[in-house]
Amino acid sequence: MTVGIVMLVHTALGRAEQVARHWAAAGCPVVIHVDKSVPRKTYEGFVDSLGTLRDISFCDRYRCEWGTWGIVAASQSASEQMLARHPEVRHVYLASGSCLPLRPVEELIDYLDDRPHTDFIESATTADVPWTVGGLDAERFTLRFPVSWKRNRYLFDKIVDIQRRLKLHRDMPNGIVPHMGSQWWCLSRRTLSAILQDPERPTYDKFFRHVWIPDESYFQTLARQYATRIESRSLTLSKFDFQGKPHIFYEDHLQLLRRSDCFVARKIWPHADRLYDAFLTDVAGAMKRTEPNPGKIDRIFSKAVERRTRGRSGLYMQSRFPNEDWENGVTAAPYSMFQGFSELFEDFEQWLGKATNARVHGHLFAKDRVHYADGQTALNGALSDSATLRDYNSKAFLTNLIWNTRGERQCFQFGPADNQEVNWRIARDPNAQVSVITGAWAVPLFRSNLDFAEIRRIAAGLQKIESDHMDILRSPYTKARVRIWTMAEFIEAPMEPLQGILDEIGRTNLRRLAEAPKMVDLAGFGQFLQNLKNQGMHPYLMGDFPVERNVSEPAKTPRKPYLVR
Amino acid sequence: MGVFQSYRLRLQRKRWRIRAIRKRGELKRVADRTSQIRPDDLLLFCTQRNEGVRLPYFLDYYREMGVGHFFFVDNDSTDGSADYLAEQPDVSVWSTRAGYKRARFGMDWLNYLLMKYAHGHWALTVDPDEFLVYPFCDTRPLRALTDWLDASSIKSFSAMLLDMYPKGRIDEQPYYAGQNPIEIASWFDSGNYTMSRNPLFTNLWIQGGPRARMFFKETPEKAPALNKVPLVKWDKRYAYVSSTHMLLPRGLNQVYDEWGGEKASGALLHTKFIDTFGAKAEEELVRGQHYAGSVEYIAYAQELRENPQLWCKWSERYINWRQLEILGLMSKGNWA
Repeated sequence: MTVGIVMLVHTALGRAEQVARHWAAAGCPVVIHVDKSVPRKTYEGFVDSLGTLRDISFCDRYRCEWGTWGIVAASQSASEQMLARHPEVRHVYLASGSCLPLRPVEELIDYLDDRPHTDFIESATTADVPWTVGGLDAERFTLRFPVSWKRNRYLFDKIVDIQRRLKLHRDMPNGIVPHMGSQWWCLSRRTLSAILQDPERPTYDKFFRHVWIPDESYFQTLARQYATRIESRSLTLSKFDFQGKPHIFYEDHLQLLRRSDCFVARKIWPHADRLYDAFLTDVAGAMKRTEPNPGKIDRIFSKAVERRTRGRSGLYMQSRFPNEDWENGVTAAPYSMFQGFSELFEDFEQWLGKATNARVHGHLFAKDRVHYADGQTALNGALSDSATLRDYNSKAFLTNLIWNTRGERQCFQFGPADNQEVNWRIARDPNAQVSVITGAWAVPLFRSNLDFAEIRRIAAGLQKIESDHMDILRSPYTKARVRIWTMAEFIEAPMEPLQGILDEIGRTNLRRLAEAPKMVDLAGFGQFLQNLKNQGMHPYLMGDFPVERNVSEPAKTPRKPYLVR
Repeated sequence: MGVFQSYRLRLQRKRWRIRAIRKRGELKRVADRTSQIRPDDLLLFCTQRNEGVRLPYFLDYYREMGVGHFFFVDNDSTDGSADYLAEQPDVSVWSTRAGYKRARFGMDWLNYLLMKYAHGHWALTVDPDEFLVYPFCDTRPLRALTDWLDASSIKSFSAMLLDMYPKGRIDEQPYYAGQNPIEIASWFDSGNYTMSRNPLFTNLWIQGGPRARMFFKETPEKAPALNKVPLVKWDKRYAYVSSTHMLLPRGLNQVYDEWGGEKASGALLHTKFIDTFGAKAEEELVRGQHYAGSVEYIAYAQELRENPQLWCKWSERYINWRQLEILGLMSKGNWA
């Protein structure tokens, strides 16, 4: 007993010839169907090239357009011819011209001999599988598809639309249950002949003629009527991309294909000489048996689909430029923005760097230049420290910075004196961890040596900017993890918020916070704020800062760092 | 897209095509081997001027990749490169003494040749200092890519311009004919590119890299465009609008995904910054035949006189396409 190969061929006839000879040489009869759109002359040349082989024959030709009935008609006709002419055939294997046997044909024959009544056809009910691409699953059966999708997409969509609107609906003939699966099957003579010789076949054919992509459902559905043992899987390795198009195998897939446990692979690039050489030479040595590892192939191709549909989050490049809010991740990795901390603590940046292992930058969006960590003038990816370049596209600056340094947590300082253009971008970024001590911008002013009139002017401006920024951070569109304290609130108990921030960053060096950063001397700050108030500029972002606080705390030596056990 | 706007673009496309046809008179046929072209050949289109030293490696690089026929427009070379090209068995050459600038930086000439010879072919339009890298280019010929693009119904393939530069002074290592210029200019900027969408032509406008970082610190808006669509399944109705940065009809500029996915893309390694650059820049300053009043060249000349080093601590050394893929400069898309 042997297996008969039904081969559907439309291009790369040279390769098809090579494969057909390979099958025939191993004693498998081959029936070839050549697409009717192949020119007569090419067809005749092809027939002549294989004419000398007794076990190879050609069947009636149909026009096989993707998604239409022609492919099923071709399979039927070729299968009928196979069953009629080759009584020794027990299984019929449907393959295409770009299929390539990966294992010695004898292994396939032995395998099928061990399972004489099993049908290998992937067949699943439409209701349960989300395979289909393009929104047509159950509707493939219930609607009619008179025009070609490839040639007349517009009309195709319109006709589908109209039928949906009119709620047109076809019932399955004789109440059969629609099944779908890979178009490449291997059926036993018993099942295949039952399908082809069924007295009801005209009814089914009439129905499936108007089903969309019937080659993925005709045999899959009808096999369920007659088969006694269905193995719902295809013996052909075939991977599909996000549009339902088969992935193509190239020479560099040789090692992967060697480790596949499938008998046949599809589809092979016709110019992949090394693959054809490796798998079609009948020397056993060329088909070295390696431990099968089909999972690896799966991973490679499912990653390709994922890359095409979701991409790498936080990457903006020539072929990935997502519209805002469709990007599945504004930035590539979590990062932290601190506002008011380096104003309130003298050594905040060094302290944070020590406590977390993160890279702690200064004011990245400062007006004069980009203040990278450690006073560097450039950063990963050759990001410049020029403020002009940064401000030319500050959102891209941020996403580039986070992308370039992925793998290392980034922290940076921010304040109302910086370029505010990125505020919305950061607020809507779930990767952002934003911690703000409102009003802390007043501390440098308080310690500065400017004229009071000047201070008042600057303070009024900064307060306005910070207040707008806080509105953004508190808006319902904000997706960042935001923490806001007023300055008064924060200095009451600074350890707890600091510990919270560090815990969220993770990767801390210390299990508990032992050392706090050193707070600047705030003696007289309450009075300073009162003076601003007296000038008519009410600083409200700091919270409630009584003038008396400093009265109760007479000038003392600079504070010692907090110590918490 | 409004009907009016779409009609306006249609008129513009026709204008570029008519202009290209009008400019055909400027081209003098030097060597015509176009009868050798087979229906499925990959074609390459290029304008050049005094690039003789670069041509041997350039031709070999693309022959190896699988280009079947080369089209050159020689713009008044004086170094014998036109003769060299005319001797090559797979090259057709036209020559012209007309202005590069008036031919919209050579695009009119190439649009004409593309229109006449590239219909139905995959056409690659590059400069002699640009080297295409695409996913799997070390194991798969260009035909594998174009076959896959055909099967996926994709008509245009994007390859961003990646400026390469040497470590040290640009003129330190002399380049000799036949040498791989990447051996000298083997460094690039990996992550300082910014992009925005052109609302009319829908292409991405990419800027950045060492030129923006060094020469356009104060005027980033003038930094050169790096987006390119050099590989197109050509149709005689198509036209390049501005260099190979964008095309009409504008659907061909949709080489990027807007829903978060990645389309397949490559890179053009731009090896302009080797020792030949100095002489070239001097000449262009005199000729004034380059884009926007040769502003680029003026900026280069000034900056390079003071500090002729593009390399910095964060420069990345080129290894292969996989490195560019990992860095996010190009993508395999769903080609696996």
